[in-house]
Amino acid sequence: MSFDNVYESLTEENDARWAFGTGFEDPLSGVDATIPDGVDAADLAAYCLMLGDDALIFSHRLQEWCTNAPELEDEVAIANIALDLLGQARLLLARAGRAQGLDGAEDRYAFLRDEQEFRNVRLAELERGDFGELTARLLVFSCWRLALLDRLTGSRDPVLAAIADKGVKEVTYHRDYAAQWAVRLGDGTEYSRERLMEGMASIWPYLGELFATHPIERALAAEGVAVDPAELREEFDNVLAQVMLAAKLGAPEAAPAAGVSARTGRDGIHTEAMGHLLAELQSVARANPEATW
Amino acid sequence: MTATVGGTRATTESGTASGARATTTSKPVMATVSGTRATTASGTRAETVSGTVTATVSGARSVAATVTDPELPMLTLDELGVLRSVAEDDDGRVVVSITPTYTGCPAMDAMRDDLEHALRDAGYADVEIRTVLAPAWSSDWISESGRRKLAEAGIAPPGSVRRRTGPVPLTLGPTVSRVVCPRCGSADTEEVSRFSATACKALRRCRSCAEPFEHVKEI
Repeated sequence: MSFDNVYESLTEENDARWAFGTGFEDPLSGVDATIPDGVDAADLAAYCLMLGDDALIFSHRLQEWCTNAPELEDEVAIANIALDLLGQARLLLARAGRAQGLDGAEDRYAFLRDEQEFRNVRLAELERGDFGELTARLLVFSCWRLALLDRLTGSRDPVLAAIADKGVKEVTYHRDYAAQWAVRLGDGTEYSRERLMEGMASIWPYLGELFATHPIERALAAEGVAVDPAELREEFDNVLAQVMLAAKLGAPEAAPAAGVSARTGRDGIHTEAMGHLLAELQSVARANPEATW
Repeated sequence: MTATVGGTRATTESGTASGARATTTSKPVMATVSGTRATTASGTRAETVSGTVTATVSGARSVAATVTDPELPMLTLDELGVLRSVAEDDDGRVVVSITPTYTGCPAMDAMRDDLEHALRDAGYADVEIRTVLAPAWSSDWISESGRRKLAEAGIAPPGSVRRRTGPVPLTLGPTVSRVVCPRCGSADTEEVSRFSATACKALRRCRSCAEPFEHVKEI
């Protein structure tokens, strides 16, 4: 689909759709999406959904900070971090679609799946807290994702490797941003320190899930396509310890949040916050199911 | 926007030195592609475009090279390093490859449309725009002339990207600034925000002349 300029695509054939018909191009347009030898296409698609959903859902939470950040500079930073993650999500969902032989699956995955079909870790979906909670969650999420993407640059799937290569450059800043705020708050006043520690305590129960290996991750890691998240723990702990030391904080203590029969976000088992999040994220697409995007 | 002469010169010199080095090492793909095109170009298009086979080969490419970036309109996509290759086959079909600066870059659609229209207007009926993800775009690919034009527009060009070995280093404190104010040439500048009007630029302030300015980030 092409237009005289990008804004013409807003109207397409039906003027009534102008508000949501943005005519986005496939972000993988022209990219060779051949599945590497010996790799199960369904597994690859499921893995791309895991990493893509982490980015999509956390991006949505970060977007909720628009007009709510404490200062203009942070407003801009948080919105751009959300945009980076949304860009990663688009590529990963499109990659999942290509692996399944579907074109334009990106929107369908984002807007028409039900809660139990989402594969994101539960940390990403938790309800938005205060700025201390944002700092804590962004710090933990980006320390983990950077370690993951850095290893994924060596993936045998060239598309995943390329997405990761780009993502590393972006998430490096996300981690620095969160870490610098953690130091400022932790080593600030008693009140700022308390707010950060409360934020840490609220997300801590969801930490273990980040490093639990799903059978699909294990199978694809053995094929040299995926990263086994259990391998990320040491680097994650080291980086977080550096930040906590500079912020003069000790690690919080909180019992891990239980799953359902040991099943968690990667299995489609989510917290109560997820349904509310999806209701908002999907409302326009669900109300206008025939709309083109 | 006019930069003072001293400031422009200072920025351009530092930008040029690092940029030229980086460009030669990281753009071999472009050279190979143009080489291939030179041998496969057809004479048919040559008539319409400029008369000789060699000129045809650069025909589609030179048209694509005039298209400017939607968010940094003083630069062409070629100077920005976003235009990765322009290939033309025997039937006059043109395939243009571009790469995003940032994964979520919202200007990609505008770039595609602008490229497609420039080529169609120049007589190329069959145009395909492809996305190339690997290797990831680096600010090192901004050409020497691109860096000069940025500085002239009051935007500090990027320095060279530091290569790393081992894990990504964590930055907890302020980093040593190597960014020179494009207005007064002072190196005493500070970052105000990592993002400014676009994802690829940071907002900085000069402590000498107190003016804010944008800086294309090293990535």
